[in-house]
Amino acid sequence: MKDKIITYSSEWTMPLLQRFDSEISRIAEGFGLDCYSNQLEVISAEQMIDAYASVGLPISYFHWSYGKHFETTRASYESGRMGLAYEMVINSSPCIAYLMEENTMAMQVLVIAHACYGHNSFFKGNYMFREWTDASAIVDYMVFAKDYILQCEDQHGVDEVEQVLDSCHALMTHGVNRYVRPPALSKAEEKLLQKDREVALQKQVNHLWATIPQADKEGALEQDELEFPAEPEENLLYFIEKNSPILEPWQREVVRIVRKIAQYFYPQKQTKVMNEGWACFWHYTIFTELHAQGLVGEGFMLEFFDIHSRVLRQADFNNPAYSGINPYTLGYAMMTDIRRICETPTEEDNQWFPDLAGSDWQQSLDFAMRNFKDESFILQYLSPKVIRDLKLFTVVDDERLDHVLVSAIHDEQGYQQIRADLASEYSLNRTEPNVQVINVALRGDRSLTLQHTQVDDRPMSDKTDEMLKHLHRLWGFKVVLQTTSLDGEVSKTYVSVEPELNSP
Amino acid sequence: MLHIIDRRFNSTNKSSVNRQRLMKRVQARIKEAVEEAVSRRAMDDLGRGGEVSVPKADISEPVFGHGPGGQVTHVLPGNKQFQVGDKMMRPSGGAGGGGSGDGSSDDGQYENEFTFQITRAEYLDYLFDGLALPYLVKKNLSKQESPKYRNAGFTAQGSPEKLNVLRTMSRARGRRIALTANLKKRILALQLQVEQGDLGIEERLKLEAELQRLLKRKSSLPFLEEVDLRFHNLTKVPNPATSAVMFCIMDVSGSMTQAMKDMAKRYFLLLYLFLERQYGKTEIVFISHHTQAREVDDKTFFYSPESGGTIVSSALQLALDIIQQRYPSHNWNIYVAQASDGDNWADDSDRCRHLINKLVPLCQYFTYVEIGVHTEKPLWLNYAPLAVTHGGHFAMRSITSVKDIYPVFHDLFSREKSQ
Repeated sequence: MKDKIITYSSEWTMPLLQRFDSEISRIAEGFGLDCYSNQLEVISAEQMIDAYASVGLPISYFHWSYGKHFETTRASYESGRMGLAYEMVINSSPCIAYLMEENTMAMQVLVIAHACYGHNSFFKGNYMFREWTDASAIVDYMVFAKDYILQCEDQHGVDEVEQVLDSCHALMTHGVNRYVRPPALSKAEEKLLQKDREVALQKQVNHLWATIPQADKEGALEQDELEFPAEPEENLLYFIEKNSPILEPWQREVVRIVRKIAQYFYPQKQTKVMNEGWACFWHYTIFTELHAQGLVGEGFMLEFFDIHSRVLRQADFNNPAYSGINPYTLGYAMMTDIRRICETPTEEDNQWFPDLAGSDWQQSLDFAMRNFKDESFILQYLSPKVIRDLKLFTVVDDERLDHVLVSAIHDEQGYQQIRADLASEYSLNRTEPNVQVINVALRGDRSLTLQHTQVDDRPMSDKTDEMLKHLHRLWGFKVVLQTTSLDGEVSKTYVSVEPELNSP
Repeated sequence: MLHIIDRRFNSTNKSSVNRQRLMKRVQARIKEAVEEAVSRRAMDDLGRGGEVSVPKADISEPVFGHGPGGQVTHVLPGNKQFQVGDKMMRPSGGAGGGGSGDGSSDDGQYENEFTFQITRAEYLDYLFDGLALPYLVKKNLSKQESPKYRNAGFTAQGSPEKLNVLRTMSRARGRRIALTANLKKRILALQLQVEQGDLGIEERLKLEAELQRLLKRKSSLPFLEEVDLRFHNLTKVPNPATSAVMFCIMDVSGSMTQAMKDMAKRYFLLLYLFLERQYGKTEIVFISHHTQAREVDDKTFFYSPESGGTIVSSALQLALDIIQQRYPSHNWNIYVAQASDGDNWADDSDRCRHLINKLVPLCQYFTYVEIGVHTEKPLWLNYAPLAVTHGGHFAMRSITSVKDIYPVFHDLFSREKSQ
């Protein structure tokens, strides 16, 4: 029989990459993966550190914080404390993936399967990405953003722009429209609209802050204006962009740019488990298929298993290397488990997943990938088997008690609770404090009031005062934050101090 | 079809601007750290780049996050023996379990310092920021460094490796277009005629032969000709180098301890790094003296133990001799740095003053540092009036500990002084 194995060498070459890609592409198509077209970029280690620094965007404006990330990564890489990722992939169309030059052949193939077909199809299919990001526009938009900010720096000075950016970056976690997403625009449209926006925005703000109310309407207006905003607003950057009394038009545009970027990354932090799980599942499936078709040899597979198992390593909670649940492990375990439930359901599975058990695994998995985020995915699909395999248990840490309590383990009584507890750990409501704008003193000192609604009695961190400084800078007047427990009682109040010039 | 781009040869410094911004932000801190490094670092290390630490608080990136406290639920992997209802003491450090839910990174949790690398050039920039050489006169030098070559347009003649392909090809193209324009017109006209077809055979053959002839002429036009070639033109630019010589004069008599010599050495080294930056080419002359002065190499200068009394004038005389023999003052920028514990033979002082009066006019700058506990030592008292008579060309300071070296150095060369 003719030897079909593509290569025995561990050195990669461009033609080999092409060859492997066409094989993988064929296999992926056979499994029904729907991907953006791919663009591979071979880069050196230093360029990978560069890529790290710009937090997953191929192009960005200049800011010292990127320099900080660059230095941190380089320091830990050069001292050997940290290895670099084998790959990095960008949610864009075409989907850009970086390959490190020092990877071996098997690693490059793994990266292609993982990033160019796994992540890529996830970006294209998952509802979060479809709703909140526009893969075809992001690179263009970043070019616009970089140009615009450079232009601002020319006109207003680097320091001036940097201050606004610092404050905006601080508020990035609270700069997303969680429920509605405005349509994305191309660079050209964006440029065109940007001028109109400057004028329109300023008008709107002027109206809000008109100091002399019209006499005949005064009575009627009073009621309205005392209650502004009418509804609490959770998108702080949006609120500032539209309503801040002191920002100049260009500053509003900068706020908007940061807000757009925050929105671009919003799906990513909510689908980490799913995204990695999906990509790992597919690189595993594709490799098995490559081997089954006789295209790669045993040596190749051994190297693959070595990397694969290192990526999926989950340290136990009491291991010094433990740093949280490995999203790769959890995601991969769940994705594989869904296939198992479909193909060989047990009695338990029939009980827990009556609709899933025995269904077509490709369809079911595709459905899961498209319609969930980490929180809902875990709530829906975490099976007793995965809980047992990972030996998950829940610990409650209540500050009122002097000990921590084990409240559920991997047994019949615990499955439901562990599933709910784990899901809630991935819920943004728990990971990020719920802070919303509730009032603006339009008639008084123009102060802005925010409300922090507590979950599980958790207080704000000690960074809060510093955060209020940033808000103060963007708002221009006093900012108050009230921590409120669920029953509506204000337990703590923070008041901003005026930020000094040129300091964070 | 996969689209592969090899980016390995693109410039790697994508982050350099961001890095500069970061350094600008922590400029004051870096300066402090660099200055501190002067007193802490080993001698050979002084001029190198290296790590600089700044407090993380200066470059924190805060976000709204949860603090420790409240009722926090964690799901952990790898249960071995726990049953529902088990109670454990709260692990130390993790009180209240801010842990996993906390959006903010581990800022400040493990390290309070942010450390990063700066290069030698950056290091020296910070080290000598705000300093300038007084009376920096560019003196003519007979010694010239090798001339530099600079681009100066293009020429029609040159060696093949200097060929400018872009210019050559565009000229060739221009020539081809110009020379074939007429031919093309005629060919087109002929082709039209032939195609119209209402011609007699003979006439047609004639036309086609003509057409062939023209086509051949067109294709025989050379792609490249001698006249198209353009080469980079490089011109020699003289690269005059002003050079400096630095005289290190140190008292090595018995009263100078190794610690004092170390301080002197740091001072000399700073001066050397500084001069080297300004002049590019700096020579050093080491003169050590007790009762007699010798010109020595650096090892002997700093490490050989000596003893005996002190006659400072011997060293000054030697310096003067060397200047006259080897470093004529119209060609060299001369800097003299003298370090001593301040002792001197009683009768020698007058001679010293006399020699200094001769030396200083030849020098750009004469600095004297007294090392050790500052009490009015004979040499200090003797030199003090000179500082007045020689204006800015002569300066004296006292150094009592390693910490003083940089401030004293800074003081001696601060920019305001040099103007």
